[in-house]
Amino acid sequence: MSSLQFDIAHLLAGSLVLASFMMLYQDRLYALLNVYALHATVLALSVAWQAYVQQAPHLYVTALIALVFKAIIIPVALHRIIKRLGIHREIENAIGIGLTMMAGIGLVALSMVVMLRVTPSADALAREDLAFSLSVVLLGLLIMVTRRNAVSQVVGFMSLENGLVLAATGAKGMPLVVEISVAFSVLIAFIVIGIFLFRIRERFDSVDVQELDRFRGERR
Amino acid sequence: MIAAALWSVAALLALAPAGVVLATRPRGSIILYGGCLIATSTLCVTALSDLLFFPHLTPSATLPIGLPWLGAHFRLDALSAFFLVVVNLGGAAASLFALGYGRHEVSPGRVLPFYPAYLAGMNVVVLANDAFSFLVAWEFMSLTSWAMVVSHHREAENVRAGYVYLLMASFGTLALLLAFGLLASGAGYDFDAIRASHPSAALSSVVMILMLLGAGSKAGLVPLHAWLPLAHPAAPSHVSGLMSGVMTKVAVYGFVRIVFDLLPEPVWWWSMVVLLVGGPSATLGVLYALMQRDIKRVLAYSTIENIGIIFTGLGLALAFKAEGLDWVAALAFTAAMLHVFNHALFKSLLFFGAGAVLGATGERDMEKLGGLIHRMPKTAFAVLVGCVAISALPPFNGFVSEWLTFQAILLSPQLPSWGLKLVIPAVGGLLALAAAFAAACFVKLYGISFLGRPRSDVAASAHETDRFSLTAMLVLAAFCLVAGILPGLFIDALAPVSKAMVGNIMPHQVGLQWLTIVPIAEGRSSYNGLLVFLFAAFCGTAAASAIHRFASDRLRRAPAWDCGYPDPNPLIQYSASSFSQPIRRVFGSVIFAAREIGEMPPPSSPVPARLHVELHDLIWDVLYAPIAKVIGFATDRINILQFLTIRRYLTLVFVALILLLLVVAL
Repeated sequence: MSSLQFDIAHLLAGSLVLASFMMLYQDRLYALLNVYALHATVLALSVAWQAYVQQAPHLYVTALIALVFKAIIIPVALHRIIKRLGIHREIENAIGIGLTMMAGIGLVALSMVVMLRVTPSADALAREDLAFSLSVVLLGLLIMVTRRNAVSQVVGFMSLENGLVLAATGAKGMPLVVEISVAFSVLIAFIVIGIFLFRIRERFDSVDVQELDRFRGERR
Repeated sequence: MIAAALWSVAALLALAPAGVVLATRPRGSIILYGGCLIATSTLCVTALSDLLFFPHLTPSATLPIGLPWLGAHFRLDALSAFFLVVVNLGGAAASLFALGYGRHEVSPGRVLPFYPAYLAGMNVVVLANDAFSFLVAWEFMSLTSWAMVVSHHREAENVRAGYVYLLMASFGTLALLLAFGLLASGAGYDFDAIRASHPSAALSSVVMILMLLGAGSKAGLVPLHAWLPLAHPAAPSHVSGLMSGVMTKVAVYGFVRIVFDLLPEPVWWWSMVVLLVGGPSATLGVLYALMQRDIKRVLAYSTIENIGIIFTGLGLALAFKAEGLDWVAALAFTAAMLHVFNHALFKSLLFFGAGAVLGATGERDMEKLGGLIHRMPKTAFAVLVGCVAISALPPFNGFVSEWLTFQAILLSPQLPSWGLKLVIPAVGGLLALAAAFAAACFVKLYGISFLGRPRSDVAASAHETDRFSLTAMLVLAAFCLVAGILPGLFIDALAPVSKAMVGNIMPHQVGLQWLTIVPIAEGRSSYNGLLVFLFAAFCGTAAASAIHRFASDRLRRAPAWDCGYPDPNPLIQYSASSFSQPIRRVFGSVIFAAREIGEMPPPSSPVPARLHVELHDLIWDVLYAPIAKVIGFATDRINILQFLTIRRYLTLVFVALILLLLVVAL
């Protein structure tokens, strides 16, 4: 692999992490969805680049799935859901933005250290790739933890999935079956959580998960 | 040989689902128990012929079930064959008894499917030759017996018994799992491979302690006995007989198989641990038994005593084997195995007797029985034989095995280790005390339940039990007598077992004159059951005929216990509590924290005076109650985790992940 190819792969994976960071501080639902679409697009580019570099045409399919499904269909669908539900544009962050960003930086540092320690013998691209994808996964989890709104939790979960796909395509020779199953798992999660959203909405006139907790008689 | 055994086990397993259907048919229980009788008899004969004629062959078989890379290994060596005989003799007797007794079962659907499965489980434990099959069969045996313990689940007491049993069984299996895990670390799960590996002394010691915990909790060693007196009486009587008489022996088998067979040479202090558990188990078990009023609970506690005797024998065998005195180890080991066989016989017999009494009167409380010898003479005879045998009185079998154990104890001065020289005589003292208490206990059981006058209407209107039950009891009683007067045959049959486990055998007994047994040397000690029997029979007959001839050739009915009281109320007879009161006063205040509270009404008040007796189980209070309290407290605290918000769960997962990553990174 030439150093240019390596650099571009590196750049794309890094952009994905950057997009994750952008999602961390969005405090409006529409903006969050837009950044998520960007996230998925960067993922699609990255996967396509991997397909080109690894001479693995089946990865183009994965890139296409990521582009069409994650960057277009899901954000559009969520847009419509938000409109239909008429939920507030505001996202209440559980922790302040500054603190969240600091935590995110810490997580990226952590995943770098972990990967450098665990994979001293792997080749450089795979190492970087795994470190970036672990960062994306951890940032996705962080989004889920810091948000109270069910829609933004769904978005956090899907960005986590993106990190998994990045890891899967970075490793050479991963069969297509796995990507399709990953995509399907996202689809299923989307459907399930979508239904779950409507359910909460029907019952409580809100998609704030706090309502669920209140319904169960719990203190927050 | 092994094929026949495995086919019989398969037949038992096939009977289990059939039990579901048969339970709904009017004569279903007869078909099921008949099937079990045939299968267990086949197994018993197979194992017996293997033990007697081919003791040095060890046929084995591997079936492609269980773990995919392991399969299920089975092996029939002398030890397995001997325990198969014990298990299936007990199983066949219980099935025969149940042919009659099982017809009165209130909810057959809760017993019939589990009974054959339970028998199959015990057989597979004994046949298994790899750790996986062993543990699965062990757990199978525990669970099916648990199902029968809670078969009469309407009574709250039975449900509690089932709960405690399940907890203790899980604890025991956990200990076994850890023991096998340690053993398998070097070799794998196959017993042959474990036998060939040489675990270090430290590892073997840990395994031995774990086996003592695991097998001891199933066998009922003090202080792991808490479940046994609750669970054994709760099951239907033929199952109680199996649990007490046979399942505890399967636990003994597990201990012997691992500690004597799979582990390398014992370390001397192992025997110390086993002896210090076995001796007190014997004494405490029978002391508890003396304090009870419920017949089946008396029998269950007496099982703890007998298991204590067996483990004392095994501990002696370990001590002598560790010090290189093989020939004494063989004596102690043979004594323990003989007691395994004997206890299976008379404990089954006594539980069947209790079942017959329960069936005839609906009562287990001795204070409500009495005078049954007139109404159930044949049952009374069989139970008398059982009581004499379990009290270790010659010429019955209990005496032989306990006497042999004492012969081994008397050889302890030959041991070089001072610790053992001091401990073994003390344990011997405990055993002697236990034997005396056992006699008192069974005098009480028999005297209060079968002699005197009926203390309740149900006891007065009792009737003799059915023919199948009687046959089962009388066959067992006959076995007790035969094993008592011809012990040499049994000792010789056990020679291959002892050879395989401790590496030496007792001197051959069969050729000796007059069927005497000489465990060590002629000049030292010998016992002749036949002569004792003939002497006892002759003296007894002569005395009885003399009394009849000269004193009571005419039947007279006169008020009994009429010491100045004209009141004919049978309740003024000596009661079970009065019988055990002296012993309770001597030992109870320390061991049971017993207190007697007398309530005297004020003068001129017509209220009756009352005497309350409070008994506490100290081991329960000191050991189990605090553990239960701590666990209850902890679960109350942890219970909050069940009601967190979604975000908090996510945060928990997140934090756990971060912490793990930090561990990897740093």
